[in-house]
Amino acid sequence: MMTTEFLIDTHGTPRVKLDAPVYRASEAASAYDARVKPQSTFKLHTTDLNVYYGDHHVLKNINMGIESNAITALIGPSGCGKSTYLRLFNRMNDYIDTFHMSGQVLLGDKNIYDKDVATEELRKLVGMVFQKPNPFPKSIYDNVVYGLKIQGINKKSTLDEAVERALRQSALWDEVKHDLKKSALSLSGGQQQRLCIARTLAVQPDVILMDEPTSALDPIASAKIEDLMVELKKEYTIVIVTHNMQQASRVSDNCAFFYMGDLVEYSDTKSMFTHPQKTQTQNYVTGRFG
Amino acid sequence: MNNATDTLIPAPRTRVTDLTQRSHTARRNHLIDQTFKYLGVAATFIGLIVLAYFIIDIAIDGIGRIDWDFLTSLPSRKAEKAGILPAWAGSAWILALTAIISLPLGVAAGVYFEEYAKESRMNHLLEVNIANLAGVPSIIYGILGLEVFGRLMGFGESLLAGAFTLALLILPIIIVATREAIKAVPSTLREASYGLGATKWQTIKWQVLPAASGGILTGTILSLSRAVGETAPLIVIGALAYVPFVPSGPMDQFTVLPMQIFNWTSRPQAAFLTNAAAAIIVLLLITFIMNGIAIYLRNRWQKNLK
Repeated sequence: MMTTEFLIDTHGTPRVKLDAPVYRASEAASAYDARVKPQSTFKLHTTDLNVYYGDHHVLKNINMGIESNAITALIGPSGCGKSTYLRLFNRMNDYIDTFHMSGQVLLGDKNIYDKDVATEELRKLVGMVFQKPNPFPKSIYDNVVYGLKIQGINKKSTLDEAVERALRQSALWDEVKHDLKKSALSLSGGQQQRLCIARTLAVQPDVILMDEPTSALDPIASAKIEDLMVELKKEYTIVIVTHNMQQASRVSDNCAFFYMGDLVEYSDTKSMFTHPQKTQTQNYVTGRFG
Repeated sequence: MNNATDTLIPAPRTRVTDLTQRSHTARRNHLIDQTFKYLGVAATFIGLIVLAYFIIDIAIDGIGRIDWDFLTSLPSRKAEKAGILPAWAGSAWILALTAIISLPLGVAAGVYFEEYAKESRMNHLLEVNIANLAGVPSIIYGILGLEVFGRLMGFGESLLAGAFTLALLILPIIIVATREAIKAVPSTLREASYGLGATKWQTIKWQVLPAASGGILTGTILSLSRAVGETAPLIVIGALAYVPFVPSGPMDQFTVLPMQIFNWTSRPQAAFLTNAAAAIIVLLLITFIMNGIAIYLRNRWQKNLK
């Protein structure tokens, strides 16, 4: 077992067949499929996915489904590929020159890497919240309507409505309703991040990707974002990358552990944290490494 | 010397150090430190002192000559009646036309290099050549302008020929300034825009250019203040030294302040030298004001980016 694993890790080839008995990632993924949910509930799906930055094999044969209307947390030590995996779903990796991949990334049953896919349209369906709050240096109002204005929506009543709805959904409305014209940069970090969430919601996506959304925030602001995520999953599918184990166990429904480009284990969060199947997972979630 | 270095476990330090005394090495380091500090100060002041001497000298010669008549009179063979109206009007025309021509070209080229250009040998060649252009002596630009704009395109000795020539001269500076300003725009801003479904052009138009505008304007103004002082290329394309009229359109013949100054300084009469000093003060004021605006914009821009 040890030697086989060693060989696979060294060569790291995508040529390894899915049903090869030694391949841990596919085992974990299929284990999840069988144990928890039927495939039909998956909003996002990756099959035989391999990602490279130049020669560097970043994600190795990932087969994984992401449940709709749930929070899926991607965890693992830095450099394990989880952020790369997250950014596949709105094609943010396209801006990296050396990025190339094989396999499929399905939204519903459409491969979003098909040649006929317009990335602008994809990103309206799959929104993203980034690690550091990154509001535009404009007013709160202008931040929220940006995604609509670039679609050519300029009617004031429509925009006003969208602003109020998005800010209410992101639990920011009561704090800012009187100064919508104020610069977004004057808000606190936590408020800025909720504004970024509101900005994403205004476009009415199906999926929200969150790349360590609370890593730059204090615990109180983080807690607010976490509450918000739980609220939002009723309407949206949420995928979150986090380094915070407590956060993953608190908010997520499903949890995927990545290590060195492999999907080591993937299951519902409770089992992951109480009965991890792999030693590596156990060591990571209990804080013994990573 | 020190016993502690001989043993594996250093003995506890019992030595009482006098914090007011520097050790031998520290004294030497301190000396070097101070030397470089004063050398730096000296280097800075040499430039400033020379400039100050020049300004004071010019001011003594010329400041008494500046009055409303001097600014609003046409040149004359009599020094005391001569004014700089056509010269500064010509400079203003040149400045405006050069800005109108060079700004869109420079910004578009800068945007292309930063946002669209892929790594290729062709683009690398272009980049190197633009850097080279910035180092080409201005008189060469004059010859180029004479041939291409003056003769080939038929602009003759007009303002337009001069403005195109100077625009070409400062284009590399604007391109470089645009690229630097665009590079300074945080990538998080671009990601946010792309993430909401914006196209590349929408992202450039709504996020990148507004965020970079301060830097672009600063670079443009600084390069224009260089253009306003250029004489050589304008002499080559045929700007006149004696222009007894104010240009009324871009196809008119013209002169500029540096040409007027050059003309006056080459005359033997002392009165004309006084005129030249006065004109120099006006030209310096124009460039100082432009540089001041550039510095103001840069400070405001840096504050906004944080």
